[in-house]
Amino acid sequence: MTSAITVRDLVKTYPARPPVEAVRGIDLDVAVGQCFGLLGPNGAGKTTTLEIVEGILEPTSGKVEVLGRDWAHDEAGIRERIGISLQETRLADKLTVRETLTMFRSFYKTGIDPESAIGLVSLGEKARSYVDKLSGGQKQRLAVACALVGDPELLFLDEPTTGLDPQSRRQLWDVINDFKARGRTVLLTTHYMDEAERLCDRVAIVDHGKVIAEGTPAELILQAGGEHVIDFTLSSDGGASVTDADLLGLPTVKTARREGQGFTLTAAEPHIALPALLNLVQQAGGKLAALTTRTATLEDVFVTLTGRHLRDTDGTSS
Amino acid sequence: MTNPQPPWWKRNPLAQLTLARIKEFYREPAAVFWVYGFPLLLAVALGVAFRDRPVERIPVDVATDGAGGTAAAEALKAKLETDPRIVVTLAETPPARDRLRTGKTGLVIVPSAASPGWEYHIDLNRPECALAKAAADGALVRSAVPTLATPVEHKTEEPGGRYIDFLFPGLLGANLMGGGLWGVGFVTVDLRVRKLLKRFLATPMKKRDFLLAMLLSRFLFTIFEVILLLGFAWLVFDTEVRGNWLALGVLIALGAASFSGIGLLIACRAKTIETVSGLMNAVMLPMYVASGVFFSSDRFPEFAQPVLKVLPLTALNNGLRAVINDGEGWSAIAYPALILSAWGIISFALALRFFRWR
Repeated sequence: MTSAITVRDLVKTYPARPPVEAVRGIDLDVAVGQCFGLLGPNGAGKTTTLEIVEGILEPTSGKVEVLGRDWAHDEAGIRERIGISLQETRLADKLTVRETLTMFRSFYKTGIDPESAIGLVSLGEKARSYVDKLSGGQKQRLAVACALVGDPELLFLDEPTTGLDPQSRRQLWDVINDFKARGRTVLLTTHYMDEAERLCDRVAIVDHGKVIAEGTPAELILQAGGEHVIDFTLSSDGGASVTDADLLGLPTVKTARREGQGFTLTAAEPHIALPALLNLVQQAGGKLAALTTRTATLEDVFVTLTGRHLRDTDGTSS
Repeated sequence: MTNPQPPWWKRNPLAQLTLARIKEFYREPAAVFWVYGFPLLLAVALGVAFRDRPVERIPVDVATDGAGGTAAAEALKAKLETDPRIVVTLAETPPARDRLRTGKTGLVIVPSAASPGWEYHIDLNRPECALAKAAADGALVRSAVPTLATPVEHKTEEPGGRYIDFLFPGLLGANLMGGGLWGVGFVTVDLRVRKLLKRFLATPMKKRDFLLAMLLSRFLFTIFEVILLLGFAWLVFDTEVRGNWLALGVLIALGAASFSGIGLLIACRAKTIETVSGLMNAVMLPMYVASGVFFSSDRFPEFAQPVLKVLPLTALNNGLRAVINDGEGWSAIAYPALILSAWGIISFALALRFFRWR
């Protein structure tokens, strides 16, 4: 497999008192044709990592190779072949969609014509609209179109769907999936687990400036203890008598976690684990207030690895 | 690509960036007003204020409590009023001196027993007092010596010598300064705040193209601005360019480029609109006052002159006045051109070196 991006021992420290270690030794390998996701809470170091790979920030130390070249020696060569959508860019309000794309197209030696870029993100009806007349989702699609207009081999997207409504998110996912379908490579960051599962071939979970797990979404879910999750809540008058040891003793249950009166189990075979669980609750004299089963998600993987939820941690980590 | 090759201006990044600046500008009506409308309004207001001054009224007070009392005062009043500009007020000495102190009158005349028969109370530091004294002297001498002939007075009212003629080149210069600084500096910081600079940096766009587009678009706006101001002043105030048009064009172009460079330098590190606005005012206000927009910079004390002479706006205004009012040509713009080029080149080079893209 050919490598589109290679990152070795990447470190980024911002001078301050005390110094802010945004990235603390990250390794990444992204193969050509892959969609690779950096998943993690806000402040985990995803954007810093991405912007170093994009050649916008200088790393403190470490090695970065993009499409077999490095930034110090062949910046122009890399820039021609990648497309970037930053986390927050407010494009010129008083230019139309078409004018914006024509301008961005002029920066590249080769690329697709602006009309095709408009088509790729389905903004045909809005081609003559000013940017400030677009909805949030349309603006985000225009931002992606600006990244696509140079016909890149490699696309970088920083939280492409944050703050968008469900329909806009799906439209954007379609755009990214189309790009992937043409054999191109994508590196994106997100803090939405469903987005990572939906789009990414491989995922690296980033927390506190380090990769704490990496693999395909399915692998990560398996590693974290199984594909099935049983959530249940006991009514407050009988919960104390169920212990973690009891729960881990249930057949096929791999992990157990408690949050107040609520419990989350991962189990390989829920049809075996569930009857045993009901039995246990009955014997303990407890009452079930709620019981659901579902397939495990990357959110569960993150919670299992860190004990925290992806979105609860907003602002609490560095 | 199945499509035919698009025209060059769609493929050229410099053309595209310049075009984008121009479109963004004229699609924002408020910006158009402040850049084009406001200077015109200012010129009209100032021009009207200073165009036709009515025959001046010269207030003079005569004291009724001097030697000879009211009768003497009335006699002096009659003599003074042979000059139609003089308006006499009769009052007792203390209130008359109060009026002098507060600037309501320019001169207090108190009749006296000694020759020539009156005394002056006056503050000679005030120009209106000096004027009142001169007028009073004239009227009183003339009434004492009725045979003294009055010289014929020729008024200089022809274009070139009026206050509006002095003012207009100054406004043009101030406008070039404001346009260059705001037009380039403000827009640059705005783009930085919106992270558009960072977004541009993420493309193969050449930094040089971006900075040149800022200057080029500013330059194109300037052409319209100048034509508008010159045309307007010609229509409304009859001001005309007496010198070499080409030299004027070169001087204006240099001024625009120089102030664009300074604007870029001011904006090269600023991270917020507030910072850049403050810096902009700190640079512009002293020059508005000291560089001869509303009155000649020669009025400042001698020791300040070496500094004032190398300020870009002073150089530009002096050059503009020389060409527009004094009918000069290339030789008159050599020194201003040198000063403006130095400011422009140095500030552009520094801006390029220290420019913050994100």
